[in-house]
Amino acid sequence: MAASGTIDALSQFKLHTVFGPIGASVNFTQANLFMVIAGVLTLALLWYGMRPRAMVPGRFQSAAEMAYQAVMSMCVDTIGPEGKKFFPFIFTLFFFILLGNLLGVWPYDFTFTSHIAVTLAMALFVIFLVTVVALRIHGLHFFSYFMPSGVPVALAPLLIPIEILSYLSRIISLSVRLFANMMAGHVMLDVFGAFVVMLGSAGLIGYFPAAFALAVNVALIGFEILVATLQAYVFAILTCIYLHDAVHLH
Amino acid sequence: MSGTEGGQGSSEGESFDARLRAARERQGLEAPPGTSGRSDAGGLPTSALGIGLRVAVELVSALILGVAIGWGLDHWLHTAPVFIALFVLLGGAAGVLNVWRLMGPGQRPRDRGD
Repeated sequence: MAASGTIDALSQFKLHTVFGPIGASVNFTQANLFMVIAGVLTLALLWYGMRPRAMVPGRFQSAAEMAYQAVMSMCVDTIGPEGKKFFPFIFTLFFFILLGNLLGVWPYDFTFTSHIAVTLAMALFVIFLVTVVALRIHGLHFFSYFMPSGVPVALAPLLIPIEILSYLSRIISLSVRLFANMMAGHVMLDVFGAFVVMLGSAGLIGYFPAAFALAVNVALIGFEILVATLQAYVFAILTCIYLHDAVHLH
Repeated sequence: MSGTEGGQGSSEGESFDARLRAARERQGLEAPPGTSGRSDAGGLPTSALGIGLRVAVELVSALILGVAIGWGLDHWLHTAPVFIALFVLLGGAAGVLNVWRLMGPGQRPRDRGD
């Protein structure tokens, strides 16, 4: 936060251990804590929502069913009928990221998706999975993916490295997109929050701009909620598209 | 939902399934609307800012990867500028390829083909 006139927008991403000496001894940081919370909330929604098993669902059951159906339709529409096999993975991924993003908008909460280490780990896992799936389904034929059809063989030494780089760059683009969106949003929130404090304490002349900065922050919060949801969706649907490529190999 | 309940309860499970399927279909047409229309990578942001950011990320990420690989190979093999020079070019080309895949003409059927 803004301590005495300087805007320190990045310290909010600093990790520190929680739960006192116990957490410190195993390096259990607040990021880990919020990962656990995100997982528990997802499970709680599903467990608590599906407990009644009513024909006409109540509120929580509707929410749980909608969550299921939205992800299921995303899988099947994007990957194809084989998408059902990947539903558990996509569901977990989507809700982990979604809750991580949304929890971060809540005051005092930590956004674990604003760390490149987290998003890069997830992206690496996705690409690893996609490659394994492709190898499993197509065997060594998978490597024809890197050689575009109808191209003279003489160009292969140039094109294959480019295709491989393009394939591997998904790791970077997938992780950086999520990380940059979350981090930029929270930096902006912090900067405008600091404006409110600094201008508001500048006396009468600062009140109007301070109110303006506060209004901007209100709008930014709404924008953040949009971005949080959208980025979780984007991550999940891109994973689906990559899986589609792996399954069908065109 | 509440309006169309009741009634023709011959085999309730079947009618529920049918309604569920219809609802899901509706949902499927609704939730990712981009998948049918201007799909590109699956109904991702279609605003100018969204497209711009996406293109920028695609373009830069391949370049970053190229630089990283080139630098790593040079560091490993002690061949100072050879691999980084090579992989910057390859990475840049891969970035353009990514953008072409995303935005280029004639890519829809391949992306969307099922």
